[in-house]
Amino acid sequence: MITTDEVCNVLKMTEEEKYDLLKTVITDYERKENNLIQILHMAQAIFGYLPVEVQYFIAGQMDLSVSKINSVLTFYSFFSTQPKGKYTVSICLGTACYVRGGKDVLNKLKSVLGIDVGFTTEDKVFSLSVMRCIGACGLAPAMTINKKVYKQVNPNKIPMILGMLK
Amino acid sequence: MINITINGKVFQVEEGTTIFEAAKQNNILIPHFCYMENVHQIGSCRICVVEVEGGKTLMASCVTPATEGMIVHTNSERVRDVRKVIFELMLSDHPKECLSCWRNQNCELQELGNLIQLNEFRYEGAKSKDVIDSSSPSIVRDSSKCILCRRCVTVCNEIQGVGLMNPHHRGFSTFIGPSEDELLGESVCTNCGQCVLVCPVGALKEKDSTVAVWEALYDKTKTVVVQTAPAVRAALGEVFLYEPGTLVTGKMAAALHQLGFNYVFDTNFAADLTIMEEGSEFLERVKDVLTNKDKKSVLPMITSCSPGWIKFMEHRYAGQLPHLSSCKSPHMMLGALTKSYFAEKMNIDPAKLFVVSVMPCTAKKFEITRPEMFKDGLADVDAVITTRELGRMIKDAGIDFRNLPEGEFDSPLGLSTGAADIFGTTGGVMEAALRTVYELVTGRELPGGTLHIQPLAGLNRIKTASIKIGNPLPEYSFLDGVTVKVAVTSGLRGAAELLDQIKNGTSPYHFIEIMGCPGGCISGGGQPRPVNDAIRTQRMKAIYREDEGKPVRKSHENSDVMLLYRDFLGMPLGHKSHELLHTIYTSRSKN
Repeated sequence: MITTDEVCNVLKMTEEEKYDLLKTVITDYERKENNLIQILHMAQAIFGYLPVEVQYFIAGQMDLSVSKINSVLTFYSFFSTQPKGKYTVSICLGTACYVRGGKDVLNKLKSVLGIDVGFTTEDKVFSLSVMRCIGACGLAPAMTINKKVYKQVNPNKIPMILGMLK
Repeated sequence: MINITINGKVFQVEEGTTIFEAAKQNNILIPHFCYMENVHQIGSCRICVVEVEGGKTLMASCVTPATEGMIVHTNSERVRDVRKVIFELMLSDHPKECLSCWRNQNCELQELGNLIQLNEFRYEGAKSKDVIDSSSPSIVRDSSKCILCRRCVTVCNEIQGVGLMNPHHRGFSTFIGPSEDELLGESVCTNCGQCVLVCPVGALKEKDSTVAVWEALYDKTKTVVVQTAPAVRAALGEVFLYEPGTLVTGKMAAALHQLGFNYVFDTNFAADLTIMEEGSEFLERVKDVLTNKDKKSVLPMITSCSPGWIKFMEHRYAGQLPHLSSCKSPHMMLGALTKSYFAEKMNIDPAKLFVVSVMPCTAKKFEITRPEMFKDGLADVDAVITTRELGRMIKDAGIDFRNLPEGEFDSPLGLSTGAADIFGTTGGVMEAALRTVYELVTGRELPGGTLHIQPLAGLNRIKTASIKIGNPLPEYSFLDGVTVKVAVTSGLRGAAELLDQIKNGTSPYHFIEIMGCPGGCISGGGQPRPVNDAIRTQRMKAIYREDEGKPVRKSHENSDVMLLYRDFLGMPLGHKSHELLHTIYTSRSKN
């Protein structure tokens, strides 16, 4: 069985090697429909996201329709069909963050980055996503950039925070 | 047995019965929407909610099992309030364009509205994305009208095993269909139309061809020929409120004449012809397999009348395509003959002929667009309308269908035998083929006296029979003592099972009949709604009645088919037959 560490070690791989690895993953999971979510997890780890070509590959390998694969992966917000940028900016829209102005932070992020939720800037630097409660209600509205948490975010400070990263 | 109290009355029901069924068995009707008996019971619409004493929330009665001592209220104030709100929320993003919707007056959402009378629309919310996908020649998807009941998901996945119709995204952004980047017309959709048949609203519909047919009828330079499939006559009556299973063959022919078609032919004629061609092909294959060491033929041979099934096979079992009979489907044969034999006989320029097929099928709309179905740039068939579309045209023309006299089909492509009638139901093509093949081989009628092969009839998924050939005519001596094994299935799930056997080399059969829709053409994707097993059985009985009422019940005894061979085609599988009546198949991608 392939380990997560092995899958994570994909930065230096060619596209072909990535597909070979994914094929091994699918074989390890016995091509079972019940294991589709685990397979999608691994596939996203390998490719960084799940583009249409990868969906077709998985469908072919597992003898499922591509529509079925797409149905499962679009249900879970964890999966992305768009490539991820260097930084993933996530704003919490759980109840506490929402009432403390999370929506305003999100709108500011959208306008500054010029992208909608689930997308990545053209220069592949920032991706934008939304979370439902990260358990940091005391810090509301909370935002994370990759693994760092930003507390009580003021929408007006967004350009500055992002600018420091670039 | 367990005791359940519904609306103050105690009933005894079997364990495992749902609250909905328990109520129904005792004549209490719970308003419902997405529920389809034995097909779709997942509680997705929530309209059938009831109050169960002791329960915190209301429960969807179609998925909640009745338990001992349960006390249920189906019409309490709370239930009726909640039911109304659910309905209002369902409508809050619905376009409500009923007057311009093809399902007007034939819509389950409207029926529900009749039940839950609303005085106003209290909730007008954001509208869901309206994507109209008209890329397919057979089916149009209009997501704005979809109410996410998921019936189409169930039939496409569980019953047909195609797996194309699925929910995508979540919450308010949910839509049902192929994935975002796929178009129906470019997907693995088989065009079977079973999704159209179960859609309660106007979200899935057949692609309309009535406009093209009206135009042809109004065009004075065109000779417009129409043909009707065997299953249409057993269901068209339902559009005009006849009981399911009423045969309306005569009235249908009369209505078609009144609509202005110049010639009303019968696809059944070509069904008899199919038996001659397919039966001969089968015997040739069997001979090759049994007697020829360098045999090129493969068995089992599979029937090829059902274009939904053909496309499914081209996608999923491309390696097994040599098993398919090379015969075109009957209406394509009739189209090709109309533009050759008939045109020649009547001295009409084939380019001035417009051939319309009335079919129980949405996949036939796709079939006529296949490049193999054109000759010298002319389509064998110019337009396909479904039984439902014909019903609409008859109403539109102001024809009083119920009071029509009995009409007749026109010569020379209108005469048919009982064997052709049963093409409309699962098991029928096989039975018709065996009636002829057995008699060709042995010189005797099919044993049993009724000409029926009982094990092949009915709604079971896979049906099989074996017939031992004894004492054949000298030219078929290679069949002496051979037990011919046949199988019949309808619905693509069963087809996949039989094809997997062929793929694994374990198929014991010589001859297989496959129809893409469960029950066969009688419940094809173009037939009147609703369709359930009771209605399928009624239509099936009608088809057998039509067969049994015919003076001639074997295809090889159809005198007009014999004339056609004498005057035009020569012999079955001859040069002309190959040119006009046979076809080739295309391997397609799995996804």
